[in-house]
Amino acid sequence: MIMSNWDVFITIVGLAAITVFTRSFFLLSDRELVLPDWVRRGLRYAPLAALAAVLVPEVVMSQGHLVDTWKDARIFAVAAGTGYFIWRRGILGTILIGMAVLVPLRLWLGW
Amino acid sequence: MTSIRAAMRHPQFRAGAKDMLGVSLGIGAWGLVTGVAMVKSGMSIPLALLMSLTVFAGSAQLAAIPLMAVGAPIWVIWATALCVNLRFIIFSAQWRPFFMRLPRMKRIALGYFSADLNYVFFMKRFPQAREGEGQISYFFGGSIVNWVAWQFPSIVGIMLADVIPTHWGLGFAGVLALLGLTYSMLSDRATAFAAVIAGGAAVAAFALPFRLHIVVAIAAAVCVGLIIDGSGGAGRRLRNLLAEPEPRAKPRDDARETAA
Repeated sequence: MIMSNWDVFITIVGLAAITVFTRSFFLLSDRELVLPDWVRRGLRYAPLAALAAVLVPEVVMSQGHLVDTWKDARIFAVAAGTGYFIWRRGILGTILIGMAVLVPLRLWLGW
Repeated sequence: MTSIRAAMRHPQFRAGAKDMLGVSLGIGAWGLVTGVAMVKSGMSIPLALLMSLTVFAGSAQLAAIPLMAVGAPIWVIWATALCVNLRFIIFSAQWRPFFMRLPRMKRIALGYFSADLNYVFFMKRFPQAREGEGQISYFFGGSIVNWVAWQFPSIVGIMLADVIPTHWGLGFAGVLALLGLTYSMLSDRATAFAAVIAGGAAVAAFALPFRLHIVVAIAAAVCVGLIIDGSGGAGRRLRNLLAEPEPRAKPRDDARETAA
């Protein structure tokens, strides 16, 4: 770590403050909050979009670039997890089946 | 404290805990990887523990850790974390009707513990704020499980950073948890279509600094959603397209398209 312990400490305190500030942003005021109707409708699309925005790059990108090979264990893990979800609709099983495909491919084939 | 204990006795407390237990394996794997990453970046164990226990935001931590390791300016680290966390500001607007009858300090405390998965499960279960349904109890059940499922593996990762191998893809369990969660949230075609747009936009805008691609993706999806809902010609055409009785588009298709 190049930063001094003191700098790291200050950084962490700031990061914690950012967590509190963002997570409680619209909970801070006691006054009535009137959101315009279009904002209310638009927010309906935010949660899934946030998930997809985090998820998709984790699957199809590496080091900031799209994967250009099919020899990527993540693609097969996601396919297997998707198959399981369509079959059983369970999140735990999606994780387990996905990892059961990912780990051997990565350890034995180095994908 | 008595109100927490009363909340824990409500049957919804167990329901909230049970929903969160279903994804706790993914949360835990992610927490473990984050704990290891903090120490591997050169952070001392006490500071890593402080970070885990106070910051309590996996995606912001994982964005900040590499920046801290290379000694980036503190304001850059904070700006990055703020952008990664911008989605929570949107979420807090939706928590508001559920929490507003509580005093301000309690609202802030609940907000602090409202991570992504709490939000997703809660909003799926309770479309509208109503008293007497045990909604707060459900929230407590989910957040306590979420907190333990994250912090315990994170602390284990900090303590055992040198002996835990991560090269076999442990962190991907968290991605798979998100995948399952995303699928279980796909309810109508309009939101699914907006999610596909968000995924594509996130990949296209990935090179932006401060992980702003997440903000761009959410903005793109909200715009597309408003177009679909709106009265314009484009919205009507999109509605007709999405109303056809063919199999629902899944994010996996999006991943393939963008990869092609």
